[in-house]
Formats: sequence, C-alpha cells, structure tokens
Amino acid sequence: MNDKSSADTLVVTPPGAEPASQEPVEKNVSTFRLVATLAVAGILAGMLIAMVNEHTKPIIDAYRAEQLRIAVYEVLPGAARYTTFYLVDGELNPTLPDGAKEVEYKRVYVGFNEEGGPVGVAVSRGESGFQDVVMIILGFDPVGGKLTGMKVLESKETPGLGDKIFKDKAFVDQFFAGPELPLVSVKAGSGKGEPNEIDSITGATISSKTVTRIINNAVAEWMPLLQQGIPEDEQP
Amino acid sequence: MPRETTPAQDLIRGIWEENPVLIQMLGLCPALAVTNTVKNALAMSAATFFVICCSSVLVSSCKRFIPREVRISAYILVIATFVTLADMMLQAYAPVQHKELGAFIALIVVNCMILGRQEAFSSKNTVLRSLLDAIGTGIGFTIALLMLGGFREILGIGTFFDIPLFGSNFEPWVVFVLPAGGFLTLGFIILGMGYFEERKKAGNAA
Repeated sequence: MNDKSSADTLVVTPPGAEPASQEPVEKNVSTFRLVATLAVAGILAGMLIAMVNEHTKPIIDAYRAEQLRIAVYEVLPGAARYTTFYLVDGELNPTLPDGAKEVEYKRVYVGFNEEGGPVGVAVSRGESGFQDVVMIILGFDPVGGKLTGMKVLESKETPGLGDKIFKDKAFVDQFFAGPELPLVSVKAGSGKGEPNEIDSITGATISSKTVTRIINNAVAEWMPLLQQGIPEDEQP
Repeated sequence: MPRETTPAQDLIRGIWEENPVLIQMLGLCPALAVTNTVKNALAMSAATFFVICCSSVLVSSCKRFIPREVRISAYILVIATFVTLADMMLQAYAPVQHKELGAFIALIVVNCMILGRQEAFSSKNTVLRSLLDAIGTGIGFTIALLMLGGFREILGIGTFFDIPLFGSNFEPWVVFVLPAGGFLTLGFIILGMGYFEERKKAGNAA
C-alpha cells in the first residue's frame, strides 16, 4: 500500500496542468480548516455512537443481569430468590447511599429459600490465573462453612488444558458436593479423603489452584463479616 | 501506478488475486488471534466486513472535504467510529461471540487492511467502486479466516461449527487452537497456494 500511494502522490499535478477534478489539491490549507474538519467529523462520530449506544445499552445490561441471575442461582442450589447487599462503610446494606455509583461497591448476593431463611451467600472474585484474570462466582454457607457451588464467569485459560476448570464436569462437580472450607488443592488421586480436598486437573495445576485460591480468598474476605450475622431478607 | 480496472475487477481482485490475508499479508493480527474456531472466525469477519464497507463508502463520499494533511487521522476516526458501533451491536446481539473475541473487536481499528483500502482506493475512486472494492476485500478476508478457522477447529478440537466430526477416540491436537497453531496453519495454507501457483505457471509456460 505504501508503494502505491507514494507513486500516486508523484503524479498528482504536472506543472501548468489543471488539478485533477477528482482530487482537489489545495496548497496551504489553513490550520483552522484542518482542525475544523476533524472536529466536525469527531462530533458527528460521537453523535452516531451515542445514538447506537442508546439503543444497545439496555439490551447489553439486561443480558448481563440475566447472566448474573442465572449464575447466582446455579451456585446457591436451593435458593428461591436472592437479594443484593452492598458493603457500605463496613456494613451490608441492601440499598446504596444516595447518588452512589453501583460499580464502586463490593457486594454479596444472599440467597433465601421459600420460607425466607438464608441458604447461602454468593460473591464474585477475580484473580490472576495461568493466562489472565479468572473471574469466579462462588456460593457458600457461612454457618456450616461449606461451599455450595462455583461457576467460572470469565477465563482465558489455555484451551484444552486450563479451560477444564469450567469444561471438565468431574472437576466442577467437586465444588457442588459441599466441600468444607478452606479448600485444599491436591494432586488427582493422592487425596486422603478429607472433606476439604479438591482434586486438581492433570496438566492444569496452576489453573486448578487458581480456582481454589480465589474461593479461599473470597471466603476469607467475607467470612468475618458474615459470621456476625447474615442479613435478613428485606422483601419477604 | 493506478491501474485501469473495471468495476467487476474491483470486486474480484480482493477475493483471491490480491487476497488481503493470504497475498498482501495484511490484517494478520485478527487472522491469527481469533480463528481457533469457525464461529469466532465468522464473527470477526462479519464485524470487519461491516467496518470496511461502511468506511469505504463514507471515505469515498467525503474525500472532497478531507484535507490531505489530516486524511489519515480522518480515516482512523471513520474506522474507529464504525468499529465502536460494531462492538456495541455484537455485544448486544451476539454476547457469547463478543466475549470470545474480547479485545480483538476494538483492535479492528488498527487492522491495516482497512486503512490500506481507504488510502489506496476509496480516497481516489467513486463511491460505487469503493464499495465494490470493500466488498471484495471483505470477502477475501472472510475466506482466509474461515480457512484458518476451519483447519484449526477440525484439528484442534475435532469439531466443525461445534458439530463433532470424529468419534470419542479422537485426541484433539491442542496446539492448533493455541497461537502457535495459527502461525502453522497460515504457513501451510500459503505454502499450498504458492505450490499451486507455481504449477499453474509451469503449466501455462509448457
């Protein structure tokens, strides 16, 4: 492409000839015109993007909310509904302070059964895996100290090896079997049958350990607060 | 040197003779990065196709108003706008594919194949011919990506368009869905094309 364009520039206007009508060659274009052209183009581009965004944003948000809803119910088996509690000044609150932005607050999803009793707490957390950050949502029961489920939300782990953390059913099922917390990652088959052991995936030790590490860190972060009492259901 | 071409040649040229990926070696970043499955290749091709067609039409219709000094910035602005639109629309209507492609959608902006067509063709030709040229280039890009995606998915996962092709005894050749497999596949495709090209030439000469 470079060769072509430089060749074209050379043949633009032979001396004395009329400038080609297709390509108006302007000498000394004013700086104002250069700035104005880009500014007008930028404004038009911005308007176009804003218009499309207006249309697509609700769809995108609805999809995200739906994905989250599905994930929360998946990691909290037995939950009939859940409420989002935000961590505001060290306390769990179902509402945000006025004018606060939702994204700035950490949150937990507390699941309740039909009778309004708490069945567990779901939190999401991301930490570095083998390739990139692995995002996980996990559900646990703070009273019994057991994990109720785990789902990988985002991962770029190696296809065929690390991606078994969400594709290998045998590995994933271990997290739904109610293992005790904190988890210990062991080499597959070498466990002693302890209730907190998770068999790691052969060939994907780092990815497997990432999953258990994220779960343990998330539980360690939230457990002290949740052991003071799980928030009551606000809207029975 | 600008060559005299017919509109039909504008369209066909980009598909095979001057295929952006396989001959011009442009746009290799997305061609290697996201072609581990046919679906991803198709989503990337569709987004790029949309961007190159819209950009070519807009650049060729606005070429009179764009001063030469700022033309590259203006082209990038046009391309970036359409990429952002494609990004948002994919996220809304094909969220799974959008998640798979990740940052590579935003990186369509720096796909030199698109900028190359604006600078070398759309900025000098009529709207219709620029559109034909963009469609041809877009189809050429799609063909190349589908070839890469097809080979890599079949060998690396053992499926085509998520349909399993082999029995459960098939052991996937994982390297083909990894970045290294992209380079290998592209190398073999170009090798094969070069071989047939040579034979064709030899045949013509004989």
